[in-house]
Amino acid sequence: MGQKIGTPREVFPGEARVAMTPDSAKQLQKLGFECAIEAGAGALAGFSDEAYAEAGVEIIKTPAALWKAADIITKVRQPTETELKRLTSDKTLISFFNPAGNEEGLELAKSKGASVIAMEMVPRISRAQKMDALSSMANIAGYRAVIEAGNNFGRFFTGQITAAGKVPPAKVLVVGAGVAGLAAIGTSTSLGAVTYAFDVRPEVAEQVESMGAEFVYLDFKEEQQDGAATGGYASVSSPEFREAQLAKFRELAPDMDIVITTALIPNREAPKLWLEDMVKAMKPGSVIVDLAAEKGGNVDGTVMDEKVVTDNGVTIIGYTDFPSRMAAQSSTLYATNIRHMMTDLTPEKDGQIAHNMEDDVIRGATVTHEGEVTFPPPPPKVQAIAAKSQEKPKELTPEELRAKEMADFKAQTKQQVTLLAVGAALILGVGLVAPASFMQHFIVFVLAVFVGFQVIWGVAHSLHTPLMAVTNAISSIIILGALMQIGSGSFLVILLAALSVFMAGINIFGGFLVTRRMLAMFQKS
Amino acid sequence: MDFGFTTAAYVVAAVLFILSLGGLSGQESAKRAVWYGIAGMALAVFATLIGPGSGLWLLSLVLIAAGGVIGYFLANRVQMTQMPELVAAMHSLVGLAAVFVGFNAHIELGRVLAMDESERKALEGFAALLAKKDAVEIAILRVELFLGVFIGAITFTGSVVAYGKLAGKVTSAATKLPGGHMLNAGAAAISLIALVWYFNTGGWFPLIIMTIAALFIGYHLIMGIGGADMPVVVSMLNSYSGWAAAAIGFSLGNDLLIVVGALVGSSGAILSYIMCKAMNRSFISVILGGFGGTTGPAMEVEGEQIAIDADGVASALEDADQIIIIPGYGMAVAQAQQNVAELTRRLRAKGKTVRFAIHPVAGRLPGHMNVLLAEAKVPYDIVMEMDEINEDFPDTDVAIVIGSNDIVNPAAQEDPNSPIAGMPVLECWKAKQVFVSKRGQGTGYSGIENPLFYKENTRMFYGDAKASLDKLLTLIS
Repeated sequence: MGQKIGTPREVFPGEARVAMTPDSAKQLQKLGFECAIEAGAGALAGFSDEAYAEAGVEIIKTPAALWKAADIITKVRQPTETELKRLTSDKTLISFFNPAGNEEGLELAKSKGASVIAMEMVPRISRAQKMDALSSMANIAGYRAVIEAGNNFGRFFTGQITAAGKVPPAKVLVVGAGVAGLAAIGTSTSLGAVTYAFDVRPEVAEQVESMGAEFVYLDFKEEQQDGAATGGYASVSSPEFREAQLAKFRELAPDMDIVITTALIPNREAPKLWLEDMVKAMKPGSVIVDLAAEKGGNVDGTVMDEKVVTDNGVTIIGYTDFPSRMAAQSSTLYATNIRHMMTDLTPEKDGQIAHNMEDDVIRGATVTHEGEVTFPPPPPKVQAIAAKSQEKPKELTPEELRAKEMADFKAQTKQQVTLLAVGAALILGVGLVAPASFMQHFIVFVLAVFVGFQVIWGVAHSLHTPLMAVTNAISSIIILGALMQIGSGSFLVILLAALSVFMAGINIFGGFLVTRRMLAMFQKS
Repeated sequence: MDFGFTTAAYVVAAVLFILSLGGLSGQESAKRAVWYGIAGMALAVFATLIGPGSGLWLLSLVLIAAGGVIGYFLANRVQMTQMPELVAAMHSLVGLAAVFVGFNAHIELGRVLAMDESERKALEGFAALLAKKDAVEIAILRVELFLGVFIGAITFTGSVVAYGKLAGKVTSAATKLPGGHMLNAGAAAISLIALVWYFNTGGWFPLIIMTIAALFIGYHLIMGIGGADMPVVVSMLNSYSGWAAAAIGFSLGNDLLIVVGALVGSSGAILSYIMCKAMNRSFISVILGGFGGTTGPAMEVEGEQIAIDADGVASALEDADQIIIIPGYGMAVAQAQQNVAELTRRLRAKGKTVRFAIHPVAGRLPGHMNVLLAEAKVPYDIVMEMDEINEDFPDTDVAIVIGSNDIVNPAAQEDPNSPIAGMPVLECWKAKQVFVSKRGQGTGYSGIENPLFYKENTRMFYGDAKASLDKLLTLIS
């Protein structure tokens, strides 16, 4: 009998997501688990109780009954105190948990003896990408930020020339090219806006450009820290660097129609990057979306969870529930992240959790286990991002290329001349001792080898097998030798020659016929 | 019929053989080229039968016809996946025939030398030719026939072992007797001593000793070479059978034998060279068996192999425009070429571009994959060589690897410590998505991990290639 995975309805006001979808439930059942869901949990995300029931999910009326029945509880938002009190020592909770800012929650879970896996603690290594819920939520936030901006922006994104006049394209600046930033860039460029992007890590310029945006470079000489050293996140920058950055933004502000800021530094307040004077410098009707609002915001004037309009007509959006605003999509992705986590937790596929604390990913995400707080985790054994990119081979100038060709040609000539000289010397050496009758045959032999080399290089690669079959057939030319000897007087000679003729006969017919058969198969389309 | 006609016929036959090989440069001209070869062979046999020195032509014709019937059945019965075995088996026949003809030359030589002047005059045919030779020529003749027998004997046992390995009758793993290559070297040294001995005495004994030593070398050398090196081995044996014919041609004073032997010998040598080049290994290292030594610890492989089911592959194929299929020996083993061809037809019918990328050493015989795909009626103009298609992977939506491993191993480029470092490989990991159809999680012939299987854009489609494709075909109409 497998353990039961239960998903309660989210209690946080306005939260529409759900941690289990009918699809993910089917996959979880393949792992041997039973699934249960609180009645109406998926309603806001567009998944009806009937859809769940059809997928074999048990519907449980009340949260209390669900928490009691389930061995594993999966949910989205950080659990409330009431919820945590329902945990027991044999239960596992998988959810966003914010362990760094949720000491009471950790203590409470510890005192209950339950295991808690915090989805935001999944390490950023390649293997764990499929359960990286932060990235999948950030992806949605980035997309939604652009849509939300468009909703509040009075013009087209794309430039158009219509019968009614010319419309210039919107200019969008995305600050911070993490997962959310890149998603915003992609959405914005595909809507047709002229998109600019900035990030403190210059190595992401390539990714930005690959999405079709222009990377904003700073005129600044400081050695910047490689993002790979900090687990792929940006780190705090020096005051001089910050000044250069702000100066660049000040320069860009009057031109931008839409600004989307996504700059977050782990475990810190969001850095203030778009100051009051920049907001003032923007045109009326411009829109700013601050994705860092939850951590205090990147923009002066952001109000968390609200949309404000400044005196000069700039809209600043500080919503923090972008993923929840696309609940169907984000629930699907989050449920898939959870399902991958469950796959890793049940290597035997027997419906029983095996909480392997030796596994980097599981260890990293577990914040309480067997009555201990296991947060923060030790650094993962596998480093976040692969080694540095290799140096590109130097482009050769035309002169260098010419010189190289000349050198190659000379080397080739030299090699050929040497070979010819050695060959000629050898043949002459043989000629000094060998009688004329031998030399006659020898010349034929050398010429035949030469012809053979010239001809065979021209054979198409795809015809190598037919070539082998043909050469096989014609190497049965040895039959001539046997035929010449079969007329001899000695019985032994006749016997051996007869055998040879017989074998060569097999070869001749077999070889040619099989070649023909093969060649007949080659057809052009 | 006099000697002049025979020679003229030989010249024509030689030209026909050269045209026959040269015609293989394209699929269409190749169909004509086979007929040149057949005509050349018929002419050569006919000219020899009516020429000087032959007798018992009725017996000869009967034997050729009998051999022909067997050859006919072999050629029509053989499965295309069994081509490597067939080719190897046929090489062994040429090798054995060369040994017999060499022995015959030796017997005749002994008989002629024992005769006195008047008897020699009465001789005809091959014996008459021998009778005319002076002392130096006889000495050279001995060396020639000795070489012919030596190479023929190696070809014989080597091909028999190669046949056994390819047909799965002998374990395809590299096995050596204790003593390894010292045994081969010893046998070669014995042969050399036997040569000197034979050169001086002309007796049976050294010839027999050498033959046994050569038979042993052929056996032991090929036993020590593993399965995936077979393309080199088969083409090497092909080359040897040619050189054996050429050596016999010298001893019989027959120019056509020399010409054809040399053609076949150089053809096999070039094929071996191409195969070695494709594995970035020297001919010596292939023959001596095993992969070259590593220079340091192999790069750690990160990540895990992610499996995918037929539904996933099917939906990715539905979305893809550019598809490249990379077949390997696994496709031949599973006999999956028909399914691959059917998949190709259906995808092409939907307007997708489907092409095949063939690595030079894919399979167990040079060009093995091409023949299998041709058998399944895959048009040859969508079957590409490695160099033609390698640059197109970055623009490819889906690459499907069917039963190949080492030839798509990125370690060859990324890890300087890998045993296959520097080997040219198909860069399929540059495609947006890679599906690997594979029986299990094992390593390839070289025994090294394949980081391709752990890449983020790679999905493993486990199972027997044929069964997997069957399932896939039910999902793609």
